[in-house]
Amino acid sequence: MTSLPTHTEKKLGLAIDLDTCVGCQACVTACKGWNDQGYGAPLSDQDPYGAAPSGAFLNRVHSYEITPPEGAAVIVNFPRSCLHCDDAPCVPVCPTGASYKRMEDGIVLVNEDACIGCGLCAWACPYGAREMDADVGVMKKCTLCVDRIYNDHLPEEDRVPACVRTCPTGARHFGDFADPDSHVSKLTAARGGYDLMPDLGTRPTNKYLPQRRKDSPDMSAPLAPLLDIQATGFAGWLDKVLGKI
Amino acid sequence: MHPAPSVIIFTVLAGIGFGLLAFLGAGYPAPVGWPAFFHWGLGYSLAVGGLLASTFHLGNPQRFLRAFTQWRSSWLSREAISSVACLLALAPVALSDWLGLGWPRALGLIGAALALLTIFCTAMIYAQLKTIPRWNHWTTPALFMAFAGAGGAILAGQSAAGAVMSALLVALLLTAFRIGDGAFAARAQTLGTATGLGTIGPVQGAVRVFEQPHTSPNYLMREMIYLVARKHIRPLRSIALICAGIGPAVLLTILPPVAWAFATIAAVHLIGAFAARWLFFAQAEHVVGLYYGQR
Repeated sequence: MTSLPTHTEKKLGLAIDLDTCVGCQACVTACKGWNDQGYGAPLSDQDPYGAAPSGAFLNRVHSYEITPPEGAAVIVNFPRSCLHCDDAPCVPVCPTGASYKRMEDGIVLVNEDACIGCGLCAWACPYGAREMDADVGVMKKCTLCVDRIYNDHLPEEDRVPACVRTCPTGARHFGDFADPDSHVSKLTAARGGYDLMPDLGTRPTNKYLPQRRKDSPDMSAPLAPLLDIQATGFAGWLDKVLGKI
Repeated sequence: MHPAPSVIIFTVLAGIGFGLLAFLGAGYPAPVGWPAFFHWGLGYSLAVGGLLASTFHLGNPQRFLRAFTQWRSSWLSREAISSVACLLALAPVALSDWLGLGWPRALGLIGAALALLTIFCTAMIYAQLKTIPRWNHWTTPALFMAFAGAGGAILAGQSAAGAVMSALLVALLLTAFRIGDGAFAARAQTLGTATGLGTIGPVQGAVRVFEQPHTSPNYLMREMIYLVARKHIRPLRSIALICAGIGPAVLLTILPPVAWAFATIAAVHLIGAFAARWLFFAQAEHVVGLYYGQR
């Protein structure tokens, strides 16, 4: 059980668009909201209204600043959650078989009834995708909302992960990366989607879509137009009079 | 990495305990009667005490039996099985030594091999992690084996073997310090490469954290980001080298081979072993720290 499957029929995952993400944290909230009432133990918080609130989350959004050698700095919002790796390092290290990758769709899950809470899977993950629930002592991670995507009781448009459904800018795309004709596969090919830390050999399913090239104003002399403003009318007359005094 | 006391106590005590059991199993020394009872009792107490300490950091220790199931892939599971197999295999040998039953030694040799295998499995739990460059190196199992060998030899009263293993331990500690200090940099991972933002996309350049994703530390930061004050590293390394290796090597050569001498040397060695193991965890840097702009 704890060994990785040699092949998965589907490769369900996310394509995350770093160009459109505005860092609103709605996906973080939606993820927390859905996952503290459905699959497994609720994602607990410690001291939520006190001086030092802390809690388990399955999705975090960082903000980074890139300073290019020339031109203005750029802010990039960077969502970080489980990448559902093909060669997931968190699975084989598990001593109990609680951590596993599904053959049918490639989703990496934790069987919370078998988890002893040793934390070794979190140590093995380079992406910080796993957080221990301090309340129940089991490892929590993104389930790709496995209790939504196959849920016939939900309207069809809701059968996507909560983070994807809630994203107001459409920066998160859900689909099957094993199908070259899927929306996410085409998007990844068109936009040059990339893997995080590929040198660690984890072969992530989730892809990150880089920023698009943007137009930029001519910054060579941004204040130059202000130097020869020709005032006209009343302002022109005032300009002339004041200049003579 | 956060230097959790339970894991430090576990690895140090279980290491020295299984080291002693390996020597006793192999018949060096082969005490009889009550000395055998105390010798074996010490080995079992350290090994079992260490294993029990390791359960203190588990979220759900009552499910520990499940940890014996995944030996095909998991070093932690292999360690669990190997440690229990060792303790079971050596039990009749200990009984035979204590009561003078004269049962054959073969089981003792098997038990000694299992003790060494247990220490190797413990080390591989850490050495297998590509996410922690300092640990992901052959020096990790070599160091764990050397600690067990030196500590085990001291407790087993083996002066010559203990002196040699202690000297070897010094050499390995120095090697691990030197290689370990450059291990993270050697992987050439930065915030820019970890996010791809430094090298992929139309705007490339120096990347820094603009705003953290959360306002107070989470599990990841508490568990995997730990900064040791640089001024403390040097004295701790000196304590580790002098107490764990240099001191025992010298004392084993000059002191008479009597019980109080070995007890004193073992106490000195343990101080060094705890200092070295604290540094082993506290100085290890996990790549996830990059996303937080911290190490």
